[in-house]
This record gives sequence, C-alpha cells and structure tokens, in this order.
Amino acid sequence: MSLPEVGTGLIAGGTSIDPAATGIEGTATPGFGVAAHKRLGWVFWVAAGWVVLVILAAIFAGLLPLQDPSVPSALPGLDPSGSHLLGTDELGRDLLSRVVYGSRVSLIVGFSSIALGLAVGGMLGLLAGYYRGFLDSVITGAANILLAFPALVLGLAIVTFWGPSLFHVTIAIAILSIAPLTLVVRGSTVIYSEREFVSAARMLGASNRPIILREIFPNVVPAAVSLGLISVAVAIVAEGGLSFLGLSVRAPTPTWGNMIAEGQAVIGQHPLIALWPGLAMFLTVLALNIAGDRLRGYFDIKEGGL
Amino acid sequence: MTGDPLLDVVDLVTHFYTEQAVVRAVDGVSLRLEQGRTLGIVGESGSGKTILSRSIMGLLPRRNVVRRGEVRFQGRDIAKLAERELSRIWGADIAMVFQDPMTSLNPVVRLGRQLTEHIQVHTGVGKKEARNRAVDLLRSVGIPEARRRLREYPHQLSGGMRQRVMIAVALACGPKLLLADEPTTALDVTVQAQILDLLTAQQEERHMGMILVTHDLGVVAGRTDEIAVMYAGKVVEKAPTRTLFTDMRMPYTEALIQSIPRLANPSHTRLTVIPGRPPDLGRPLAGCRFAPRCAYAQDRCSVEEPPLVEAAPGHSYACWYPVGTPEGSDALARNRRNGQIHSSAAIGEA
Amino acid sequence: MAGSGTAHLRDSDDPLLRVENLVVEFPAGSGRRVHAVSDVSFDVLRGETLGLVGESGCGKSTTARAVIQMIKPNAGRVVFDGTELTGLRGKELRQLRPELQMIFQDPISSLNPRRRVVDIVAEPLTIWKRDTPSERSDRVREIFDVVGLDYDAARDRYPHQYSGGQCQRISIARSLVLEPKLLICDEPVSALDVSVQAQILNLLEDLKERYGLTMIFIAHDLAVVKNISDRVAVMYLGKVCEVARADDLYSRAAHPYTNTLLASIPEPDPDFRPSTTYKARGEFPSPVSPPSGCRFRTRCPRAEALCAEEEPVIRANGPDHYVACHFPVEAPVTMTAGAPAGWSGPAAGG
Repeated sequence: MSLPEVGTGLIAGGTSIDPAATGIEGTATPGFGVAAHKRLGWVFWVAAGWVVLVILAAIFAGLLPLQDPSVPSALPGLDPSGSHLLGTDELGRDLLSRVVYGSRVSLIVGFSSIALGLAVGGMLGLLAGYYRGFLDSVITGAANILLAFPALVLGLAIVTFWGPSLFHVTIAIAILSIAPLTLVVRGSTVIYSEREFVSAARMLGASNRPIILREIFPNVVPAAVSLGLISVAVAIVAEGGLSFLGLSVRAPTPTWGNMIAEGQAVIGQHPLIALWPGLAMFLTVLALNIAGDRLRGYFDIKEGGL
Repeated sequence: MTGDPLLDVVDLVTHFYTEQAVVRAVDGVSLRLEQGRTLGIVGESGSGKTILSRSIMGLLPRRNVVRRGEVRFQGRDIAKLAERELSRIWGADIAMVFQDPMTSLNPVVRLGRQLTEHIQVHTGVGKKEARNRAVDLLRSVGIPEARRRLREYPHQLSGGMRQRVMIAVALACGPKLLLADEPTTALDVTVQAQILDLLTAQQEERHMGMILVTHDLGVVAGRTDEIAVMYAGKVVEKAPTRTLFTDMRMPYTEALIQSIPRLANPSHTRLTVIPGRPPDLGRPLAGCRFAPRCAYAQDRCSVEEPPLVEAAPGHSYACWYPVGTPEGSDALARNRRNGQIHSSAAIGEA
Repeated sequence: MAGSGTAHLRDSDDPLLRVENLVVEFPAGSGRRVHAVSDVSFDVLRGETLGLVGESGCGKSTTARAVIQMIKPNAGRVVFDGTELTGLRGKELRQLRPELQMIFQDPISSLNPRRRVVDIVAEPLTIWKRDTPSERSDRVREIFDVVGLDYDAARDRYPHQYSGGQCQRISIARSLVLEPKLLICDEPVSALDVSVQAQILNLLEDLKERYGLTMIFIAHDLAVVKNISDRVAVMYLGKVCEVARADDLYSRAAHPYTNTLLASIPEPDPDFRPSTTYKARGEFPSPVSPPSGCRFRTRCPRAEALCAEEEPVIRANGPDHYVACHFPVEAPVTMTAGAPAGWSGPAAGG
C-alpha cells in the first residue's frame, strides 16, 4: 500500500483509486493526493539550467568576450590560463570559444532534427493510434522496417550521398528519429483513445478531428515532450559521431565532434584538447536526459494522482 | 493470559507526513474484541477505516508514517514488534482478507503452490501433507473439484472463487483473528451473499474473532455482534449491532442509515441527504468533525470536541446533542425553526 | 428466459425508445463467441425511467452501449423517437447524438484530465456551434448551478481537483448542456459513497423533472434502481427475465432470479432474515457457452426438465408485469413496508 492518495468519495470501482482514501484535501481544493504536488526537484532545475545556459551561450556567442574561434591567437597546446580559460588547441585557437561556438552545430542539429522528427512521427503516431486498422498496420510496419535499419549505416549513406552540411545532417538524423517517435506516440495514443472521456466525446457528437486535437493531443504532448528531450540528447551524440567521422559540418567551423577528432591525434600530449568538447557534450547530453526523465515522471504522477 | 480480550486496541494513532500537512488518518481509536465475536467497522471513504485495519496489522509504509498507541493481541503489544516477528504472527495468528483478490494472489504462480507453500511455511508440515490440507481447505470454502483447482492460475477463476481462495489462504493456519477489509465490495450481490455466509460460518466453526471493515451497513447488520462507526479518523459511535440500528445516538449514524435507499420504500422516495463532504484530514477542525454537516449542531459543537463516552453498557458515542435525547431533540427542533439545516450552497456539495 | 420475447413491448402511441431483438456478441478467441446480449427487447415511454438491473456479465451495460450505438449490435433494431438508429451511418448518426446522452460509472476517467472543467462542460456547445461564446458561458454557468457546483471556483480547475461525487456532477452537466431527450446512466453511483450516492440520486430526479428527461438507469443495486425507476427490467446472462413496474417487481417478484437477487441483498436491518429458498447457489455460467433453454436453470430452485429443453418466452403475469419463466414464483420474497421483511412462504400456494 502506498501513501494514501485521494479522498474522493469513491469506494471502489473501475479506477485504481485506493479505497484507503483518507479524504485528503490539499490547499483549497479536494481530491488530489500527496503525489500531485510532487515537484520536479532541484536536480531537474540544475539540469534544465545547464541546458538553458548552453543554449543562451550559443545564441549570444557573438556578444560574449570570446576570441575568434577560427583564428589562432596564441601558441598551440597551451594549458588553461587567465587569457585562455580552457587553453588552446593544436593550432593555437582558443578552446573556450571553440567549445562555445561548437555548441551551435550540436544544438541546432539536435533540436531541429528532433522537432522535425516529432512533427512527422508524432502525426503519424497519432493517426496510427487513433484510427487503428489498415492505416495503423501500414504505419507501424513502415516504422518497424525503418527501425530495423542499422542507424549508423543509414546515416552514413544519406550524408555521403548528399554531401556533408548542416542541413543534410539534420535531415538524416530527423529521418532516423521518426520511427521510434512514431511508435511511442502511437502507443500513448492507443491508451488514451480507449479512455472513457474519448467515448464520451464521441457520444457528444464530436467528429474525429476535434477528438484528436482536443482530447487526445493534450494528453499525449507531455510524454512526447519528455521523449523529445531525451531524443535531442541522442541526436547530439549522433551528430557528434558523424562529425567525428568528418561527415558533418566541415572545418574550420568547430563542432564538438570534429574537435574531438582533431584532439584525438594529440591526445597523448594534450589530452585537454579532446577533453573539453567531450565534457561539454557529456554534460549537455546528461542534462537533457535528466530533464526529460524528470518531466516524464512529473507528468505521470500528476495523472496518477487523479 | 486467559483474561485478556483477543484484541485490544488502545488509542491508536496513525499520522501520515506529507509535503503539505500531517494527515491524521486514524486519530485515537480504541477497540476491543473478544474471541469468537464479530466486530463491524463501518465508514465511508475518508473515514480512515482501511488505514485502521492496516495499522492494526502493522501493514503500513515505512516512511513518513507515525503510529502511536497499543495494539494488544492476546495480551501482547504487537505494535512494538519488528517486521520479522510480526510476519510470524501474520497468517498464523492474525489473517487478513483484502478487497481485491487479484492483487493479493500472485498471478504467475499456480494456486496449489501458493497455498501449499503458505501452509508449509507457517506450520512446518511436509509438502504432501500440506497439499492434502490445501485440498481440504478449498473444499471447506465451497470450491468444487478442489484437487483440480490447485493446478489453476488465479485469472482462471471468477471473482467469487478467487475470494474464496483468499479466505482459504487466510484460514489455512487456523488464525485466531480474521480481519476482512471490504471483502465483498468488488463482487456481485449474489456472490457477496455467498462469501459473507462463508465467512460467518467459518468464524463460528473455528470460534475466531472477526473484524469486518466495510462501507456497507447492510453487510454488517446481520453478521456482527458489535459495530463501530468511524468518521474522519475517529470512532464516533460503538454499540451492539441491534442497538446501533434501533437506538443510535450519533446524528451521523442516523443520517447514514437514513440516506440508504430501502427496498421497503416505494419508488421515487426522496432520499435523506447528508450535505457537504467529509473533512480534510490534513486540516482538522476545532470541535466535532461532523458539525458542519450535522442537522443537530449547535454553537458548542464547532468549538468543543465531544468525548467518546460510554453512556450505556457497550454503547459509546461522542456527541453533545445525541439523537433520541431531550437535548438532541431540542437542538434539532431549534435548527429547524431557524432554518439552519445547512443548505448545500453553504458548504458545497460532495 | 425471453427467447423471442416482445410481449412486454407496449402498443403505446409513441415510445421514445424501442429496442427489439437486440443481439450483441463478441469474439472470444478460437472461434468462440461471448453472448453478451441475446435477443433483448424493451421500450421506454416519454418521461419514464426504466431501470435495468442485473449482476456483472448480464449484459446491461453492453445493452446501453448498443442502444447508443457506441458498439454496433450484431442484430436487432433500436428505434429512437421514430428513427431507426441501427441503419444510420456516420454523419446522420452524429446529428442525432445531442438527443441521446450517457453518463458513465467512473466519474473521473470520463473526464479529460488535461482540460479545465468549464471547458469540458462547454465542449458540446462548441462541437455543435451553439450560441455565441458569451451565451455559452452563461449557459454553462446556469448548468453548474443546477447541478450544484460553483462555476466561479471551477474556472481554473481540473478534474483531479474534484471529488468523485463532484466529478459525476460535472459529467451530468456535460450531458445536459445540449438538453437531450434520453439520458442513459450506466452505474452512475456505484463507485460513490452512500451519502454522496443519495445526493446524486436526488439530483437526477430533480433534473429529470426540470428537463423533462426520459432515463434509462443501469445498476446492480436493486434498492437504488427501485428508488429512481418507474419500471424495472431484470437481466441475467444476456436475457431479460422480468419486466414490471418498480413497486410491483419488488412486492411480487415472479422470476426465481429476481427472488434470488432480493434474497441476497444485505439489508441494513439487524432483524432481516433472508429467504433460504432463494439463497444464491452455484456460480455464474460462462457467457461463452450459456446453458441451453433457460439460462438461469443451473442455479434455479424451481428448475425442471422443461427448462433445459425449451427457452421460456416472456409473457404477462399480471397487469404490466411480464416474466420469462416456465414456472413463475407465486409466493415471492416480499419487500413492501409492513410485511415481514424477507419472508417467503406458501401464502398463496407455491
């Protein structure tokens, strides 16, 4: 038995409400339990804060007091010092500014590829989950096939065929993200479509479109958003990988991936050159995962407290 | 210790500490049960009755819970015991039957195994003997083709059957006290009657003490010796069964009984309603907890909490203006004259 | 039980709803079928409340859903206000929806957790583009008032912030905002506390009068059904057993199953002694392979050979009282006020 949740005047019945309800009424309103007030926690805010910081730094990099990332400004391989907070790379360029500017590509690719993937995959998932039947079989079948392709091979193929550029990398990763997003949104949609309030809406005479938009969509969004954040993390790593292989944006534009590639050559003598971009990527990916995970937990519980 | 009652709960308190408030789910409850007798605990949702039964057993979450008071089982305070010792008592001396048999039975283990393992653990007999006992038990709870059933899984049985199995499991080791928490709420009315008859029969045969926790006054009416009515975490009236129905004193008890639709009444009889909702257990009120909804309430009721007083042998209640007394009748008449029977707008409907 | 049974359909002028020979079956895997509703007929006159009562698996909820075309019946006709619903498709059916509304058992899951309560209630008006936006909020405000909820407090609230009884009021408000002709209530109070149940039942009676509603009320609790219905139909395993005026059904129940139900009800009366003749026996047969002939025969104390061979057709057994039984009961379990509760005996010959 968990902590008493909701005192709702319900004795038993179709929901999972514990008849041990003790009539908890929270501030001003009845009916929500302990759980509904669960906060996101400080861990979430630290993670979210980091992501926001990185995004802001990327956007406003030009306004920050940073050196030019593409031009050598000191001796190569310097250790961190007052004028070069993270040191310099193998060509003498300031590492801090390269890391900051490098985040741009990661973030742009990460967020836009997933936004695109969610738009397409989300829509397909909603349609498949709501209408079921033939449409569902087709969409799910296609998603499963796409999912079966080794992602790396597909990504490489697309980028090699089209040529490496910001746009092509984004599209490649977006395409790869569609299948899993479709399936997850579909799953969530199926669950909600079977809930009584959807039947109720149908009985009121709503046609399919308003039901999908007003009843199902708002319920699926939270799960999709949290999944989205976690997917952005994956996308960033994916871009990093492609970039490391030289298949993303080319030098001299810094990206975390190509910085790691460059740093790899001299990792014995100057490990920091590869470490800083790697650390930046690691922290950002971690922060996104944590934020996405916490959000998912928060939304789940909020509903569980019904 | 033959003089001791089977179960003696003294001033049991169970508070939950949440982020917003302290929820006083059980706020000072005392009960007593002799061997061979049945006690009914009746209350609506939010009354704390289920928490009470869990608290008596010691089945509470470990964190953020404070439990005070004594629970004396055959003279021994089990509230102080560690879980390991408690688990020796569970099943063997005190058994519990829950509302939903599906969640109490392991869905992926065959019934036979669940039953025989339970018997083996608590009585130490061998596997074959345990199996034979299991078959006897299933027969005694009215399950046909008992030996065949042992090989089945819980989901293959109907709700009524599952509950019978639960009862069999509970009775397997010959407990002295049986706690049944809403055992038939999820069942159909014909099945409910059968299960309740089974419980009563077993209780008589084994001379067990039984506590029947339910929201349904009909369930306890013919099957208990004594009834305790709970409201907002406290026992507000306790009386021998007959007395409770014919001679109740708490306005809440009266209102509760009156709000049940009766078959004897003609169709379209207007039901007596208790306006409003049970109080927020996280924010207890001063005075009597039922006062905001009570037709007899006077000013004193919102200020001073009436104590639980044993006014007649075996009959206790907590009220300043009890039903059927001169003070009570005056109070009711006064309220009626002043039109002070609470309107639903004033306190909000449930 | 009513195989072909339409004797109880009234010849009246113009029933609001007429259901004839309704059949609903579900596939149960490996070629078998669940016979949820097997040849059910009934009618409801304007302004009448029909109670549909039975235990789980009897098909009452399925019948309701088939009537409202939430599930497509396999056979049979549903004629609503002169229009046959079973033949309608998509858009034509949708057009009629505002006139036939339904309230569900689980108050909370029938409301979208992510929409505000006022939006939920206003939704039907939005869908059907009735009124201007300001008129809409007036209408919603009015309806909140009628069902006993505070509109201003509700403006920013979500379903999880309300109690079960309040959520049910919200559901009711939503159904009534389009002023339907027929309201089907599928176990609307089964999940609520007794005191809240009484409030909702009274509310439904008030609303029926105010809006001139015709209602079908489905429940498993006989006392609740009797309280709110004019006429009651008892169902068992997909068939209609008995149809009669509410008071009649309870005072002169003719079908053995109805008597069994009456004998199983836990009456909140300590002196009540249920009938032993009609004590529930046995278990429900499976709806996948129901018994031949009369479906109740496996548990019936009056069953004879004929009952297994031939399905009883529903026929008159008194003024406006119909029963589907070869051997209807003549000395039933009586429930009227004044009669010794629950006694059944050879008063008029068995």
